[in-house]
Amino acid sequence: MNVLLALNVNGEDRQVIVPPEKTLLEVLREDMYLTGTKHGCELGECGTCTVLIDGVPVLSCLVLPIECQGQAILTVEGMAEGATLHPLQQAFAELGAAQCGYCTPGILLTAKALLDENRRPTRDEVKAALAGNLCRCTGYTKILDAVELAALRMTGARS
Amino acid sequence: MSDKLSVIGKPLPKVDAWAKVTGETRFADDLLLPRLAYAKLLRAIHPHALIKSIDTAEARALPGVYAVLTAADFPGVKFGILPVSQDEEPLCGEKVRMVGDAVAAVAAVDEATAEQACNLIRVEYEPLLPIMSIEEALKQTNVRIHDYGEGPNVHRIVTYEFGDVEQAFREADHIREDVFFYEGNTHLPMEQHSAVGQATADGKLTLWTCSQNPHYLHRILAKIFNMPMSHIRVIATPVGGGFGGKCDLFQHEIAACKLALVTGRPVKVTLTREEVFYCHRGRHPVLMWIKTGVKKNGEIVGQHLRSFLDGGAYGSYGAASTFYTGVINPVSYKTPVYKYEGVRVFTNKPPGGPKRGHGTPQPRFALEVHLDKIAEELGLDPVEYRRRIAVDEWTKTANHLTVTTSALKECIDRVVEASRFREKHRKLPFGKGVGFACSAYMTGAGTAIYWNEMPHSGAMVKIDRGGGVAVYCGSIDIGQGSDSMLAYIVAEMLGIDPTDIRLVTADTDLTPVDLGSYSSRVTLMTGNAAISAARKLRTMLFDVAAQKLEVEPERLHAANRRIFVKDDPEKGMAFAEAAVLAETKYGVLAAAGGYAPPKRAGKYKGGGVGPSPTYSYTACVAEVDVDPETGEVKVPHIWIAHDIGRALNPLLAEGQTEGSVYMGLGEVLMEEQVFRKGLHKIPSMLEYKSPTTLETSEIHTILVEKDDPEGPFGAKEAGQGPLLPVIPAVVNAVYDAVGVRIDEIPITPDKVLKGLDLKAKGKPARIGPEKVPAFTWPEPIKVESAFGQPADMKITGIVK
Repeated sequence: MNVLLALNVNGEDRQVIVPPEKTLLEVLREDMYLTGTKHGCELGECGTCTVLIDGVPVLSCLVLPIECQGQAILTVEGMAEGATLHPLQQAFAELGAAQCGYCTPGILLTAKALLDENRRPTRDEVKAALAGNLCRCTGYTKILDAVELAALRMTGARS
Repeated sequence: MSDKLSVIGKPLPKVDAWAKVTGETRFADDLLLPRLAYAKLLRAIHPHALIKSIDTAEARALPGVYAVLTAADFPGVKFGILPVSQDEEPLCGEKVRMVGDAVAAVAAVDEATAEQACNLIRVEYEPLLPIMSIEEALKQTNVRIHDYGEGPNVHRIVTYEFGDVEQAFREADHIREDVFFYEGNTHLPMEQHSAVGQATADGKLTLWTCSQNPHYLHRILAKIFNMPMSHIRVIATPVGGGFGGKCDLFQHEIAACKLALVTGRPVKVTLTREEVFYCHRGRHPVLMWIKTGVKKNGEIVGQHLRSFLDGGAYGSYGAASTFYTGVINPVSYKTPVYKYEGVRVFTNKPPGGPKRGHGTPQPRFALEVHLDKIAEELGLDPVEYRRRIAVDEWTKTANHLTVTTSALKECIDRVVEASRFREKHRKLPFGKGVGFACSAYMTGAGTAIYWNEMPHSGAMVKIDRGGGVAVYCGSIDIGQGSDSMLAYIVAEMLGIDPTDIRLVTADTDLTPVDLGSYSSRVTLMTGNAAISAARKLRTMLFDVAAQKLEVEPERLHAANRRIFVKDDPEKGMAFAEAAVLAETKYGVLAAAGGYAPPKRAGKYKGGGVGPSPTYSYTACVAEVDVDPETGEVKVPHIWIAHDIGRALNPLLAEGQTEGSVYMGLGEVLMEEQVFRKGLHKIPSMLEYKSPTTLETSEIHTILVEKDDPEGPFGAKEAGQGPLLPVIPAVVNAVYDAVGVRIDEIPITPDKVLKGLDLKAKGKPARIGPEKVPAFTWPEPIKVESAFGQPADMKITGIVK
């Protein structure tokens, strides 16, 4: 039996008719075609499918969308302001923080939640925030560098 | 070629970076086509069993099921990625050889229905004795996993002797033997394998798949489906992490194609994470014995290495892996006499194959720890020792490999200085230590996996009237930046900006063949192919520009979207204007270029495995912090110096180096692919431990640049070599920290504690295998050692 859900995704109110057991990850990808959200395990282990719900990073593979009605869901497609990339996106591109790019959306959103809370995190704080997001390409180095660069830029400092 | 570069060497963003940070990149599982059906594979639950019967009637009757396939749909079809190992089946018919072997495939309206249908398929198995270890495989003669090979459960034996190793040992002042074990581990790409097959009404077949080598898949699919290659199109989608794990043709890819042919619908199959663990083809578990004879000053007079590879259930790339455990080690240190024996056995586990460093991290670990022990016994400084025995440039190794340039000594000096190794080694308090190791790796395999005399890589470049440039190349970007590298090289050659370039890559219908993203071959081979193609066009552009500007073409230079006179830069024209003039004179502006590696293979059977246009060199220092209470090893810092020839983009080269270091760190500390009665013990990302941000070291990367004439603009590889020394450097550091020799990786806390316990009891503080199994090696192929012979500098890569 399908259910009608009203979801706010990337600032837009959307309605979908889906089986209630479908995860948020599946609804985003399959019913809204927001394929920027990736999956790596579908068991809550890798962080790849991270989205923000009311600003908090959650693993969309473990969330039922029926619980998210009335909340603001943010995916990677909603990070840019119109045609202007979020400073994190800009820094990740400039510093080579995305290699294969598969874990990138989840890491960008986790980092955004961090910087929204903590404008000038230390490197250890960035590491702690991203500890639930696996990346197999980069060794994390360029990712940490990019988060630090974005933080600098967002607080108005020149780089 | 290297003066006045305007694109090469700059830390530019990757050309696909923007799509990757916005979620625009379409990976295979992101593809959605009208009428798409979804497929699931039914996989074996026994490690070794005969299939008595398969009943698919209930599955076929389930509403929403479009088709069910079994082995009966592929009569007599066998395949394998290497021509010498055709031992896999699209769906297993008579026998399964590992848990996870696919026996049936279902296409349905959605994944849930396909899965439900799989559950309705009844398979009757007759279990056979599973063979689960190297020792069992060598002993067991009654039960066979395959009916081919060089022994009951022996897949491949490789034996070579270059010079007389026993004679060399008699001349040695000191001899040391060691035994090591390197546990298997897997690639763990973030992207689960995914493929979409489509059969169209014109009788043609298309496969989109996250493959590292679409060309090889193209050839094999033509054979499996008995279709002309011209009717099959393989499009490699952006690969969400490869590391060697997406180099084979997999059962799910064949199923997607066949189900598309049968149903007339496009069919997608995406593996679960658990299935990815079983597909594997990763690092072979390897048991090794190494014996080296040295002079008092440590100079090697002869070396003998034996390796036993746990191959798993199929051949895969294993014949090559077996060679690679033996052939690359001599590229780093002067080894006048070398004997190598390797054997790969079949076991009822997912097959080993190529993983970053393919077959070489295991013997590198053995060699570097072995040398550390020799240095200690002889009272030699481990750094000075390796520096002294580092190979000479432009010479041949005992096994006839040609060393071109080597910056190994510079790498050693730089990494030792940056890490302050000398101030720390044997001087830090108990629990803290530093370790040192070096390595060498290929920049591209010298031979293709099937014999042919054609280019290994091709590129086409087209210039349009507006000054836009399109590059077509079969190479696939797996995150390493091969698309970017193509754009940088063509932009440099034509004097334009990389953003002016459109790329069409990895599509067997549209792009010239490139053999694939493996063996660290892409930058060198496609780079040279792209230079060749672009140079042809630049010659035309310079010709027409010279005419217009009334100067000799030799005086021209291309940069900043202009073609101008080198010593009078004001005098010139826009690139787009030159393009119009050139098209007016020559017609449509398009050119192709290709590359094949230099033919330097040793003149003996098997001499084709190991040669490479050039080798990269790396030196590494690891600093560890060992907790004697818990046995936990932390690695706060790793310094790595890599001989890259030239960094075409230092950001990307650093990224490849850092990624390699990280992956090596995971292998030495925690990653292991282990089984219980054929079942993977930990097939999940939570339990298969890999380093997070918290465990990953601060990585200090030093790129050492020394142009190699074989490389495009002098470049060598960076994507694999830097992994190799990390493992032994950490192992040697643990010894420096607590005096325990761990000759078996990963170094899990229990091994450290066990070693400390032995030490406390006054016993030899060593953890590792005691011996290798008894095995009767066949007489080796004896070849005269080529050690020290000068390299033939006239033989270079063919660019045509």
